[in-house]
Amino acid sequence: MIGPLRVERRLDTPKWLKVVVPLASLVLAAIIVGILLLATGHNPLSTYHQMYSAAITADGALSSTLVYATPLLFTGLCAAFAFRMRTWNIGGEGQLYMGAVGASATGLVLGDWPRPLVIIAMVIGGALAGMLWAEIPALLRAYLRTNEILTSLMLNYVAGFFMYYLIYDSDSYWRDLTTPGASVFPTGKTLGSHANWPGITIGSFTLPLGFVIGAALAVGLLLLIRSTRYGFEMRVMGDSPQAANYSGIRTKRKILSVMAISGGVAGVAGSSQIGDFGHVLDPRGLQQAQYGYTGIVVAALALYNPIAVVLVSLFIGGLTNAGFALEGPSFPTGLVGTMEGIILFTVLGGEILARYRISWQRRHVVAVGTGVAS
Amino acid sequence: MNSNIVLAVVVSAIAFGTPLVLAGLGELLAERSGVLNLGVEGMMLMGAVCAFYVSQELHWSSALVLFLAVVASMVAGAAMALIHAFLTITIRVNQIVSGLAITIFAGIIGLSSYLGEVWNIGGVAGLHQFNQVNLLGLKNLPILGPLIFNQDVFVYASWVLVVAVLYYLYRTRPGLYLRAVGENPAAADAMGINVTAYRYTHTLIGGALAGLGGAYFTLALAPIWTDGLTAGVGWIAIALVIFAFWRPDLLVLGAYLFGIFSALGPTLQTHHITALPSEFYSALPFLMTVIALAAASTSWANRRIGTPASLGIPYTREEA
Repeated sequence: MIGPLRVERRLDTPKWLKVVVPLASLVLAAIIVGILLLATGHNPLSTYHQMYSAAITADGALSSTLVYATPLLFTGLCAAFAFRMRTWNIGGEGQLYMGAVGASATGLVLGDWPRPLVIIAMVIGGALAGMLWAEIPALLRAYLRTNEILTSLMLNYVAGFFMYYLIYDSDSYWRDLTTPGASVFPTGKTLGSHANWPGITIGSFTLPLGFVIGAALAVGLLLLIRSTRYGFEMRVMGDSPQAANYSGIRTKRKILSVMAISGGVAGVAGSSQIGDFGHVLDPRGLQQAQYGYTGIVVAALALYNPIAVVLVSLFIGGLTNAGFALEGPSFPTGLVGTMEGIILFTVLGGEILARYRISWQRRHVVAVGTGVAS
Repeated sequence: MNSNIVLAVVVSAIAFGTPLVLAGLGELLAERSGVLNLGVEGMMLMGAVCAFYVSQELHWSSALVLFLAVVASMVAGAAMALIHAFLTITIRVNQIVSGLAITIFAGIIGLSSYLGEVWNIGGVAGLHQFNQVNLLGLKNLPILGPLIFNQDVFVYASWVLVVAVLYYLYRTRPGLYLRAVGENPAAADAMGINVTAYRYTHTLIGGALAGLGGAYFTLALAPIWTDGLTAGVGWIAIALVIFAFWRPDLLVLGAYLFGIFSALGPTLQTHHITALPSEFYSALPFLMTVIALAAASTSWANRRIGTPASLGIPYTREEA
C-alpha cells in the first residue's frame, strides 16, 4: 500500500508541460510566500513590487544585481558540475573562502606586475586553492569511499575559521599591520590598483569581469559534459557507478578530476570576490554572504545545466540584491532564504510532476492489479 | 593539566553532547527507515527559535512554559520533516537535494532567521530555562556528582530516550519492522508492512527530535536566540550516525566524544590556557568529524558497518 496518492512514470513528457510546470511552480511559490508575508503582517504585493524595483528598475539596481549574481554563477557551476555525476560537493562555500585566500595572496605578492598578468595570476591562484581544498573530500571519497557530502561540508567550517585566524588572530601575510586603526579593528591588506579587475560598462550598468569569466566557463563546462568522452563518462558514472567500473572507466581518477574542476570554479568565485569587489580578504563579509550554499540553490533550480545556471544566477542574484537593499523591519533578512527554499520545493516538486503522473489511487484498480483478494 | 580542568571539560562535554544525542537519535531512526535527512541543521534552528519564542511570550509557571516550549520545538521540527517526507517519499524528489533545500529554507538566512526577526526575540536573555536538578541529592559526590547527578532535565530525558530507542529497535516488533523497511522495503511490503507509513512516521519523529535538540540551545545551554546558533551541530549529528554504525549505543559515546571536542576550547579559555589559537578549537569538532568519517570508511570498519541497504532510495512497488 503506497497510500492514497499514486505516482506513475509518464511514458513521454508533453512539450507544453516542460514550459508550464516551471512557471506554475514559480507562481505557486509566490503565493505561498505571499501567505507567509500576510501572516506576519506584511503586504505581499507591495513587498514584491519593492523587490522588483530594488533588483531591476531602480538606479544602479541592475549593476548591483550583477554584483550578487557573479559569485553565485561560479558557486552554481561548482555544484551543478559535480552534482551532474552525483558527486555531492557541498563544499563550494569553503572552496570559495580558500580561493579568496589564494587569490589575495597572489594579488599581494605580484602587486606591481602588469595588470593583465596579475588578473590571470589571481584567477589561477584562486582556482588552485579551491582545487586543493576540494581534493581533500575527493581523495577520501575515491580511496576510502567516505561520504563526500559531510566531509566537504565540514571543511567549509574549517576554511571559515582558517580565514578568521589569518585576519583576526595572527600576524599573517594577509593582515594589515601597518596602519594604527588596523591594530584596533583587524582588517586584511588592501590589494594594489593592478589587482583591481576592470568592469565592462554597457549603457547604464557595469558587467563585472568575473561574470564574463563565469559565463565563458559555463559554456566550456556545457561542452565538456555534452560533447566529450570525459563528459560521457561522467554521465555514465552518475547513472551507474557499477556500469562505469565494468566498462573500464577509471572511476577514482574521475572523482578526483571532477572535484578538482568543481572546487577550482568555486575558487575563482573567491578570486572574483577579491579582484572584482572587495580588494581585501574580509572573512566576515564572505561568511555572511553564504554564496557557496546559495550556489546549491542555483544549481538545483537550473537542473544542473551550466547555461541555465547563468540565467538562474541572475534571478537569485536579483533576489539576494533585493534582500540586502531592502533589509529592515519591513523586510527581514531571513526572507530571502525562505523564498529560495520555497521556490526550490515547488520547482523540485514540479519537475517530478512533469515526469510522473499523480493520481488518487482508486480501490477497484488495486483489486484488478492484485488479483483475487482473500 | 590538572584534574579539575579535565572534570570541567567532561561535565560541559555532556552539555555540548546532548543536542547531538537528541538530533542524532532522530536521524538514526529516519535513516533506519531508509530516509536520509540532510535538513537536520534547519530543523534544529526551527526548534530553537520556536521554543525560545514560546518561552518568551507565555507568562505562566516556569514548568508549564518550558513544557509548552519543548512541545513547540518538536512540532516545528516535525513540520519541516513533513515537507521532506512528502517531497522524498510521496513524490520522490532526490533525498540529498530535498534535505539541502530544507536546511536552506529553515536555516541561517531562512525561515528561522525570519521568524526570529518578526517575533523580535533576537539578542535578549531568556525568561525561563532548564536548570540543573540535584538528582537524589547526590550532586556533591566526588566526580560522579557533577557528572551524573547534577544535570538538567534534558540530559536525563536524552538518557531515557537512548534506552527507549535501543529497546524499540532490537526488542519490539515495530522496531524489527522498521529495520526490515530500511534493509529491504520490497520484502517488508510483501510481509504486509506499510512501508510509506513507517517512513513517514520515522522521518517525522526524526524531525521532532532534531527540533528538541535545537530547543536545548535556547532553553538550557545558553538561553538566547541568535541567527544560526546551532553552528553546524546538525551536520555533526548526521555524521555521528554514520560513524556510530547506525547503533544508538555507539551514537551516545560518539556524541559525548564530540562534546569533549566542542567543550575543550571554551573550558581552556575560562582557565586562561591559550597555547593554541581559539580558531583551532572552534574548528576541532569539524576536523575530527572528517577524520572520524574517514576512519569509519576504512575496510576494517566497513565489514562492521550497518548502513541500511535502502538508504536514499525511494520505494515503489512497480519499480522495486
